[in-house]
Amino acid sequence: MFRVSVLQTTDVIPSKEKSRCGRVGGVSRSEKMVKQESESANRPDNTAFTQQRLPAWQPILSAGIVIPGFVLIGLAFIGIGVALLVTSRSIQVLELDYTGDGNGSPCSSCSQSTTVNCKCSLNFTLDTLFQGPVFFYYGLSNYFQNYRRYGASKDDNQLYGDLSYFTSPSSSCSPYDYDGSKNPIVPCGSIANSMFNDTFTLTRTVSGKTDSVPLDGKGIAWWTDYNVKYRNPSVTPLKNAFNGTVKPIDWAKPAYELDTSDASNNGFVNQDFLVWMRRAALPNFRKLYRRIDASGDYQNGLPAGNYTIDITYNYPVRVFNGAKKVVFSNVSWMGGKNEFLGIAYLVIGSLCVVMSVVMLIVYAKFKFPDEE
Amino acid sequence: MLRRRLNRWFGGEDRRVDSRTIYVGHRPCPANEVFIPPKFCDNRIVSSKYTVWNFLPKNLFEQFRRIANFYFLIIFLVQVRASFVCMPTQTVISDIIFFKIRTSWLPLVFLTVLICSQGYEDWLRHKADNEVNKYRVTVLEDGRRIQKESEKIKVGDVLEVDEDETFPCDLILLQSSRDDGTCFVTTASLDGESNHKTHYTVPDTERDVESLNATIECEQPQPDLYKFVGRMHIYKNNEEPTLRSLGPENLLLKGATLKNTQSICGVAVYTGMETKMALNYQGKSQKRSVVEKSINAFLLVYLCILVSKALVCTTLKYVWQSKPGQDEPWYNEKTLKEKETNRYLNMFTDFLSFMVLFNFIIPVSMYVTVEMQKFLGSFFISWDKDFFDSEIEEGALVNTSDLNEELGQVEYVFTDKTGTLTQNNMEFIECCIDGHQYKYRDASSEVDGFCVTDGPMNTVQQKAGREREELFLRALCLCHTVQVKESTEGFIASSPDEIALVQGAMRYGFTFLGLESKTMKILNRTNDVEMYELLHVLNFDPVRRRMSVIVRSISGETLLFCKGADSSIFPRVKQEEVEKIRMHVERNATDGYRTLCVAYKHLTPEEYDQVDSGLREARLALQDREEKLMAVYNQVETGMNLIGATAVEDRLQEEAAETMEALQGAGIKVWVLTGDKMETAKSTCYACRLFKRNTELLELTVRTLEYPGKRREDRLHDLLLEYHKKTVQDAPPAKTRVARNWSSQDFGFIVDGATLSMVLNSSSENNLHDYKDLFLQICQNCTSVLCCRMAPLQKAQIVKMVKNSKGSPITLSVGDGANDVSMILEAHVGIGIKGKEGRQAVRNSDYAIPKLKHLKKLLLAHGHLYYVRIAHLVQYFFYKNLCFILPQFLYQFFCGCSQQPLYDAAYLTMYNICFTSMPILAYSLFEQHISIEMLLENATLYRQIGKNAMLRWGPFLYWTLLGVFHGLVFFFGVWFLFSNPALQDNGQAFGNWSYGTIVFTILVFTVTLKLALDTRHWTWINHFVIWGSLAFYVFFSFFWGGVIWPFLRQQRLYFVFANMLSSVSAWLVIIVLILLSLLPEILYVVLRKLFLFNFNQKSVKGIFCHFSGLSNVFASRWKSLVVFILFFGVFFIFFLFFYCV
Repeated sequence: MFRVSVLQTTDVIPSKEKSRCGRVGGVSRSEKMVKQESESANRPDNTAFTQQRLPAWQPILSAGIVIPGFVLIGLAFIGIGVALLVTSRSIQVLELDYTGDGNGSPCSSCSQSTTVNCKCSLNFTLDTLFQGPVFFYYGLSNYFQNYRRYGASKDDNQLYGDLSYFTSPSSSCSPYDYDGSKNPIVPCGSIANSMFNDTFTLTRTVSGKTDSVPLDGKGIAWWTDYNVKYRNPSVTPLKNAFNGTVKPIDWAKPAYELDTSDASNNGFVNQDFLVWMRRAALPNFRKLYRRIDASGDYQNGLPAGNYTIDITYNYPVRVFNGAKKVVFSNVSWMGGKNEFLGIAYLVIGSLCVVMSVVMLIVYAKFKFPDEE
Repeated sequence: MLRRRLNRWFGGEDRRVDSRTIYVGHRPCPANEVFIPPKFCDNRIVSSKYTVWNFLPKNLFEQFRRIANFYFLIIFLVQVRASFVCMPTQTVISDIIFFKIRTSWLPLVFLTVLICSQGYEDWLRHKADNEVNKYRVTVLEDGRRIQKESEKIKVGDVLEVDEDETFPCDLILLQSSRDDGTCFVTTASLDGESNHKTHYTVPDTERDVESLNATIECEQPQPDLYKFVGRMHIYKNNEEPTLRSLGPENLLLKGATLKNTQSICGVAVYTGMETKMALNYQGKSQKRSVVEKSINAFLLVYLCILVSKALVCTTLKYVWQSKPGQDEPWYNEKTLKEKETNRYLNMFTDFLSFMVLFNFIIPVSMYVTVEMQKFLGSFFISWDKDFFDSEIEEGALVNTSDLNEELGQVEYVFTDKTGTLTQNNMEFIECCIDGHQYKYRDASSEVDGFCVTDGPMNTVQQKAGREREELFLRALCLCHTVQVKESTEGFIASSPDEIALVQGAMRYGFTFLGLESKTMKILNRTNDVEMYELLHVLNFDPVRRRMSVIVRSISGETLLFCKGADSSIFPRVKQEEVEKIRMHVERNATDGYRTLCVAYKHLTPEEYDQVDSGLREARLALQDREEKLMAVYNQVETGMNLIGATAVEDRLQEEAAETMEALQGAGIKVWVLTGDKMETAKSTCYACRLFKRNTELLELTVRTLEYPGKRREDRLHDLLLEYHKKTVQDAPPAKTRVARNWSSQDFGFIVDGATLSMVLNSSSENNLHDYKDLFLQICQNCTSVLCCRMAPLQKAQIVKMVKNSKGSPITLSVGDGANDVSMILEAHVGIGIKGKEGRQAVRNSDYAIPKLKHLKKLLLAHGHLYYVRIAHLVQYFFYKNLCFILPQFLYQFFCGCSQQPLYDAAYLTMYNICFTSMPILAYSLFEQHISIEMLLENATLYRQIGKNAMLRWGPFLYWTLLGVFHGLVFFFGVWFLFSNPALQDNGQAFGNWSYGTIVFTILVFTVTLKLALDTRHWTWINHFVIWGSLAFYVFFSFFWGGVIWPFLRQQRLYFVFANMLSSVSAWLVIIVLILLSLLPEILYVVLRKLFLFNFNQKSVKGIFCHFSGLSNVFASRWKSLVVFILFFGVFFIFFLFFYCV
């Protein structure tokens, strides 16, 4: 809408004054002014911008738009909400706590001893097929991976394979930058030092015969972490790169021995290491441990049967009132099981619909004058 | 010796109190045995604020009086210092290190620039002062002419001033190059009167200035320009000293210019800062707008929020750590340094760390954006072509951009009259002789100079006798103080009416040729020269409201001609003549003309002698000279014969009346403050429709105070009480009056300078009634107030009084002359009219416009828009930073209160700088919630933003709650989502940076879309900037996360954003949370419109169409709060319901 400017001088001198004494009429004077103005150099530019007359769209949120809009949005949201809820409900989840703080629980002995590689096992039974692909998580609670000092305690340059940072780790790694005899720690810092070191194997007992379930440890970390962000130093053998450094204090073996069987899963690009290094957002979290390899019997997931998880129990959590668990879950297009989204969509969708109904009632009752 | 010194000390004290003695030319006087050269201040003018020495401390103090500046300084120090003190803060900073240090420098740089610019301004002032102070003047010392610098003039120096020079200090005129001992002066830069004023030398001093031996005794300096009392002792050869009285006519004021006179000599009586000009000058202080004050208040609230947040977090941190195993779990050991540090020091540094973490809640960038908005926005005023005046070829001028929004808040307008409301261009319109109306017409005037027009008297198509006509015209020609300009054709006079009258007489055939050695010459109709000896001039004064001359014609007749206001003439003439003329006068007066009645009287020689001696005696009196003169005047001016009346038009400025009406329609009260006479000002008020026919005028002037048998103080008391009863107590309550739209009894109030000073000064001695208070209440209940005969400083006093009254209303002064400078400086907003006289008003103003009529658009359109824009800007900024930092605060509860930032450092810094700053800037520059045309047409719209409507606590609370709501939605929405962090379809989990990025994305989108909802006027710039900054956010996030940045110590955001977008859940949660946040707003907009229509169906439809979009502007915000809470409740119930299912 472009407004045409009208000179204010026209027709504003009231008739009484005009008639009074033959003075120059308002109209003719303004015409004169227009002529003069166009010649003057000081005159401000008469552009739409300077005169604040830029063409503008002036939307009005009228009920005519809002009510149908709300109905549409509401219906769409309800649709999405239902889909989400249905999907979420179809996801199977199996959670097993193995902290071992109760006396009856299988790992209670391990949780009390300080033995390295203490073994315990959990048994569970599946009545039906656990639809694949099945993901195997471990979960920790009351564990503050998002603690600031903890989170800052790593050296990304070191983990990028930069050898110069091997000998002099970043001060942010303190107190895990040097060991007691001033040897640099690689990888330095609290995060690396506190890497989760329980290990699990899953076996199925089919008619008395134990069969170990194949677990796949590939692709559990972010692709970019594995390929770009973390790198081993380009030294072969890898061990040589670590000369003069020591392993993190709480580690059982140095970084170059994390997975000796697979060079592409060793050192800093070890998938378990990468998963651990991506800090969790909240104190109760789960991290991906393995995927059930979809092969052989496990093509469609975990078939019904009796299972045993053999746990190498190392990670102490009871000192800070934490808990450990293993979680089996399959995922859908929306990720893991999460009812919140579906509910939120349903709530907001129905809210929209309710509101549009309310508005419609008011509308019908009063009618909007501007829309007649 | 000691005694003398003591005397001097105490003498000095005494002099302060009553009078000062000046030795002309520093020559000791024979009369005084001891010559003590008195000490007076030197003639240096200081308008600068700082010196080299006090500049830095004083300026810094000024700067840090702004809370914001002080806060930023503290935060900066914390950030810099803390890094040396202790570890936790340091790591917080290193978390935020990338931009943070650099941005905390920003305000400091900003401050430095500010200080530098103020220093430069002051340097300019120093330069201007120096120019004045170093000006070369001629001093007569022992018969020699010495060139001196102006600042070295001492009281008692005799100076010589040439034509067109400005007087360097206040002088007593001793000698003039003109024969008659007069000189002409214009005081345009002092009181705005551009006409020539005549000043007189002191008698007997003229001939021998060089050897003059005299002392002057005069009062201590005081700011009243029109008042001066003193006397001069002249010593001649050991004779008894002669005594001469001195009055304002002998005093030449600093700042006035000598005209039409070759040179004069004068003795300096007041110098430097004691001159009347300097006493009337007010330093330009920095003006602050209401918005700025609101910002400061809000800032304090946010500071409290900030501190309490930091306190809560610190407390919680230590509570949490006191639980076993939490303080130092095995996976997160403290460093040695941390263990060694004192626990309380740790607490303190933790507190500081939280402050640093949350300090984004107080937006540094808001100050930058506000400054930018003001600076850029003010261009629209200077660009506006409606403000362009083709006569002076100039548009509006913006001297300060700090006050744009104040233009939308004006409650009182104080306007000067001459040159502002009127053009100060008098025109003789008509006259009436013996009840016959004569109207001047160009065409017929050649026939016989007079023509009869149709008027109310048109049935009587006859003229007055020729003799009466000529007598009337002679009266016009003689009864005045006009001078004929020597060089060019034309007249100069102290009042433009007189010129108009003389010119009017000229048209009818009687030309005034001039005054030569007390003889007035007139060229009459038959081209003969008539000569009259001028015996006495009975000067005009506002109390008598008339002036007279006594002349003797060639034939020896002594005649008194008198002209004056009808009310002062009618009682003094023969009553039978009055009725014929009264009708004309009243009709003319209601037409807005200035009317004067003319009368004459024959004086017998005896009568004349008596008058003559009476006048001479009174003129020499030292005590009560005025009163004595007045008594003689009154005695003479009785029993006169009325001849006729004149009507002179004081042309109004273009559209003055329309502008005034529009301002009143906008709920602004207009006060006219003028140095002019009451009659003149009153007729102007009628012409401008400030006073209307039905307006009841309440007069509180010198005239109404004259009441037989009562002291003036008592009379003042009575009148004040009476008016107060009328206007305040008996008036219907304000609400109903507004509803009736001023249609009921209007009151107009008239007060003059003398009475005003009585009112203002008497309050201290009269404890029973505070006159000032009464006076103010009366004024505030009148639709218009007229203050006449005001000295410049009194104008400022009035403004100050209103400014400081209850509710501290926003005042605006508009004027064109130097006499308006003090009120322009005093008012919240000062507007200068680019008049013909001088530029002083323009230079001291905040805004200068070519014509008064431009005030309408300046206030109603520009002011309104600026206010809405900036108010929204401020609220929005606080809101967006609150919902920015609230999730960060909430996150502390989930990370062991460890100061873990939720967002990445880049996001933290870029949020206010790049992602959300441009849309609001564009909004605050281009928004027109109501079109300019609509604003100009409906002046009442202006009332709706009055009293700082958009920045009061109600709206502030609304925005704050909105911010809290949004912050809660953002954080907990994502928190619920992260109850299972496996959000991707490949089973991988998201970490803390993903969490922050999702929250941040929702935040940026919501905040920007919220602004989009508020935008009513979408120009392409708005589109570009709103969608552009969203696009930029997405682009930046990809870019920032797509590269391993070598200068970063931690690649925290590497591919976080891209990964987030690969998750369907993240998309869905972003969409749903944005919608949820905006839903109450949309609902409110629609419902509000609905209610508006239903409640206001009878009122103007069009206006409210435009209001519907103003979702959050006006005071009815409380209604929206209810909607808000209801919405929240319903939402909560739904949620519980579904969650249980």
